[in-house]
Amino acid sequence: MLQLDHLVLAAPGFRLAADLTVPQGARTALIGPSGAGKSTLLNAIAGFTAPQSGRILWQVQDITAKDPGQRPVTILFQDQNLFPHLTLERNLALGLAPDGSLSPDIRARVEQALHRTGLDGLAQRKPAQLSGGQQGRAALARALLRARPLLLLDEPFAALGPALKQDMLALVAEVAAETGATVLMVTHDPQDAKAFADLTILVADGQAHPPQGTAALFAHPPQALADYLGQGGS
Amino acid sequence: MASRARPLTLPVGAALAAALLGAMTLGTVGAVALHAGTAPIGPADWSALRFTLLQAALSALLSTALAIPVARALARRRFPGRGLLITLMGAPFLLPVIVAILGLLAIFGRGGTLNQLLTSAGLPPISPYGLHGVLLAHVFLNLPLATRMLLQGWQAIPAERFRLARALALTPAAQFRHLELPMLRATLPGAFLTIFTLCLASFATALTLGGGPAATTVELAIYQALRFDFAPDRAATLALIQFALTTAALLAGWALIRDTSFGAGLGRLPELPAPKGWRKALDATAITLAAAFLILPLAALVARGLPGLTTLPQGLIEATARSLAIALASTALATTAALALALATARRAPGHRLYDTAATFPLAASSLVIGTGLFLALRPYASPSDLAIPVTIATNGTLALPYSYRLLAPPARALHADYSRLTASLALTPMARLRLVTLPQLARPLGFGAGITAALSLGDLGVITLFAGQTNATLPLYIHSLMGSYRMEQAAAASLLLLALSFTLFALFDGIGRRHAPA
Repeated sequence: MLQLDHLVLAAPGFRLAADLTVPQGARTALIGPSGAGKSTLLNAIAGFTAPQSGRILWQVQDITAKDPGQRPVTILFQDQNLFPHLTLERNLALGLAPDGSLSPDIRARVEQALHRTGLDGLAQRKPAQLSGGQQGRAALARALLRARPLLLLDEPFAALGPALKQDMLALVAEVAAETGATVLMVTHDPQDAKAFADLTILVADGQAHPPQGTAALFAHPPQALADYLGQGGS
Repeated sequence: MASRARPLTLPVGAALAAALLGAMTLGTVGAVALHAGTAPIGPADWSALRFTLLQAALSALLSTALAIPVARALARRRFPGRGLLITLMGAPFLLPVIVAILGLLAIFGRGGTLNQLLTSAGLPPISPYGLHGVLLAHVFLNLPLATRMLLQGWQAIPAERFRLARALALTPAAQFRHLELPMLRATLPGAFLTIFTLCLASFATALTLGGGPAATTVELAIYQALRFDFAPDRAATLALIQFALTTAALLAGWALIRDTSFGAGLGRLPELPAPKGWRKALDATAITLAAAFLILPLAALVARGLPGLTTLPQGLIEATARSLAIALASTALATTAALALALATARRAPGHRLYDTAATFPLAASSLVIGTGLFLALRPYASPSDLAIPVTIATNGTLALPYSYRLLAPPARALHADYSRLTASLALTPMARLRLVTLPQLARPLGFGAGITAALSLGDLGVITLFAGQTNATLPLYIHSLMGSYRMEQAAAASLLLLALSFTLFALFDGIGRRHAPA
């Protein structure tokens, strides 16, 4: 279970408060207008942004002061999820061995993860030689290898077309099921939230609201969500 | 959202590099200042100061003035070999000064081609020594630099402006006044001041072509005070004057150099009108003369030196080996230090402003000022001759560091911006990060910077002259002593070797960088 305990993120002209709990294994969407702080919240959980106050806990353990790499977290950014000058094999192996070693055992596991994500035979390719969808799959393959309990997605598939994005979300669901990961996914597309997430956190007006059932939330959207969706007053 | 989850640790490498740079620059100036008070400024010092300013101003004036027609012709004409000529104009930066001077002497020297022609025509020979000799060498070395700077200015004028000028049927004079003159007004002061600053610290040229009361620069006077008059206090006074000169010129440069304000163009290929008639002949003349001025001395050097390559004088191998060792050591030092500073500055580590400043200090330093400071500071502990090699390694590394740093800083910033989060989220070990991310991503600027450092260090004839004895000369110093004993053919042969080694080292390092750079 992920707890955000009286968390406050602040920067000049920006403030976001979050006091909520996400149950273990949940697939959760973060939705809200741009600039509301969805990505910032994900960055704080991943350890790239220090909160002004409050704590972040995973399974009751305080992780607020930990380095990004020491947290139980895999994060996929909007872009630059792969080192462009390294082969896919190298890129994936770094998820298993941060010292850069490439033992036969590691190679075998990388091979397996590539197979699992439909990237057979591409181990020696560099990211630029892959399509956008294949790059997304490679990043997910590394998440599969790392098998961290929290998987954060900061719109890594935003540049893909609708059909490809659906494939990716299906793959995310599979990866999450295999690793038992709790998923937090930033999106501005209500369709993504409805298709993928059991829970949705609305981020608006300086507040990250506690997660609610996605179907129920969209059936009776609160004012802030209705404004964002462009449905007028309700 | 740039705040961090955790305070960053002090970058040990960068702090160490900055401390060493501080010691080599500010530290040596401090040592000089401690001794400078005891020797008053004499008439000979005033005359050295006057000559330094005069030759630097005239060198800068001639180089920039002559560069205007050459750059303009290169900007508006297309001809076979144009790209090669522009590339060639980048070479003098890496050309050892002593090689350039031997090349010029092969044409303009007493037994040179030009004087042979003059004598056979019954005319009196010209002498390449004194003020005009120094100017000749400085223009040879800096005309290409000025041309490239101005060419960049011309190419930065948006093509739309020239199209508009054509649509309005502006006369060439009006076009010059409204488009090209504003560019020149913005570019020339920077070019002038860059060359002026470089020539202020001229030592090797003054050592070989100047000298005497009428043609001694401050740097040369420092050398004479230390090596011939055994007057360290006077050398200290002169070194302080030299430091003040370079610092003042650099500060003036910061204030003067502005960017041109032409507004953005659409980035089409430059479309300068290429007028026909007498203007075409003028451009052709400018290009031909400039190319001849740059190529003929080196061609004459090759002609003069090639026969001598079969009988290389004694001691040449040792001097070459010593020079190579110095060049490789200073390259390793300067490149490592520049990388540590650039990485620490890029991630805005504690003290990053200080590291950035430390990397620019050497621009205000000069070989002989650093040398004097080290000479004074180390004199109680060891004999100068024993220190010659380590001092030369440290000085050459220090003086070349700003170039490597400038090359590394922007890509290091981009690397940090793009991949620091991924690196952190994967918790890469420092060694894996260096081996798999930093070195491959920065391979190209690292290789280029190392190549520049190696070539500059190999060709340097500066601080070594203060420290070397009979037994530990470098290759440039060895060539200088051959010149001193009028063995010009052997000097030319040895300079061909130096020339070949300089460009080979540069190409080697640059090639390594290119090979390891991401495609």
